[in-house]
Amino acid sequence: MSDLNYAAPETVEAAVGLLAGDDTARVFAGGTDLLVQLREDLREPGLLVDIKRIAETRAVEIGADAISIGAAVTGAELGENAELKALVPGVVEAVNLIGSDQVQGRATVGGNLCNASPAADSVPALVAAGTKACIVGPNGSREVAVEDLMTGPGQTSLAAGEFVTHLVLPKPAARSGDAYLRFIPRTEMDIAVVGAGVAVTLADDGTCTAARVALGAVAPTVQLVQAAADVLVGSKLDAATLEKLAAAAEGACSPIDDKRGTAEFRIQVAGVLAKRAATIAWQRAEG
Amino acid sequence: MPKHNVTATINGDETDFTCRTDQTLLDVLRDVLYLTGTKNGCGTGDCGACTVIMNGRPVNSCLVLGAEVDGAEIETIEGMAKGNELHPLQQKFLDHAALQCGVCTPGILNMAKSFLEKNPDPTETEVRFALAGNLCRCTGYDKIIRAVMDAAAEMRENAR
Repeated sequence: MSDLNYAAPETVEAAVGLLAGDDTARVFAGGTDLLVQLREDLREPGLLVDIKRIAETRAVEIGADAISIGAAVTGAELGENAELKALVPGVVEAVNLIGSDQVQGRATVGGNLCNASPAADSVPALVAAGTKACIVGPNGSREVAVEDLMTGPGQTSLAAGEFVTHLVLPKPAARSGDAYLRFIPRTEMDIAVVGAGVAVTLADDGTCTAARVALGAVAPTVQLVQAAADVLVGSKLDAATLEKLAAAAEGACSPIDDKRGTAEFRIQVAGVLAKRAATIAWQRAEG
Repeated sequence: MPKHNVTATINGDETDFTCRTDQTLLDVLRDVLYLTGTKNGCGTGDCGACTVIMNGRPVNSCLVLGAEVDGAEIETIEGMAKGNELHPLQQKFLDHAALQCGVCTPGILNMAKSFLEKNPDPTETEVRFALAGNLCRCTGYDKIIRAVMDAAAEMRENAR
């Protein structure tokens, strides 16, 4: 990286111009993944475009119908936002699981998404919450569902010159709740062996009227599991529903076998975590 | 290699420096400004040895570029003592023998200081979680935790 340059544009347009004008340019947000990759020579960009000085990437806005989270908002900042935490506790908890407090002070939601790790903690929770990524590029702006942004480990559908400015989540309806759980063999500072995010909305009698279930680290990309959501919708939280949910979650897994967990183990844990996350989401929805 | 002219406030002093893009804040502190109290452990954000406080938050200085700290306020271990008067955390680390080789110590002191400002009356478990991003290969952590708990008690007393 001998000729590596750095720019910190203050507008979206300037950032797009820099990214589109140099095919070796990389978006630089919190840096907690990118700087490690640079150090290990996994990437050799010619230009780092720091998006943290762009107002749109740094704002959290809670509107009447939607929640907007800037791509360069850090985990620590989200964790301190009590209003956001009350609305989507599963999303905030998932983001706050990433790394140490030092990493939380830098790591961003957009970065966790665009680094495109299958085990990224924030992503199953964002998918469960129905999040869309708002993307700008040389051909204008577009929105894409978070589950469609990642195309493989380390790969996204972002075109040359494009970057994510912010994420938009639908504001949860009344009697809604979400949760994210992960399995790690330690108590802190580890990467998910399996992660499960669940969001539900309940009718007054406790019947589920809407649900989204997402699994991380059990496939090349985070999986939105429609079959698992279908189990929940129209059901109440009972043992039979949870067993069917676990089976649906297990059925969506195509995990790798590695030193952190065998495929068999990951599949079983995906079912267990889906049940536990659904139970927490349900309790939160019931208030 | 492009060079960047940066102005940051370091331990209360406005400081100008020039750095290459590939120099991290850790590189700048140690190799440009000769503030060698900040230690280089892993260089990948895993060990916490290089922890400094940037704009009020603890960060791994190995994961910050020198070029991006223009306008930032940075506190390093060199700014922790006031003249010859040690910060209570520093004094308690001495009293409890909470360090051996000392490479992790500046990072742990910065992390603990930042944590106690947010949570002045923590449980031992909270302290252990707060320091989860700081590795120590000498002490086994027990003396570090005791020193932080003791310092917290003294700081609460001083604040009365």
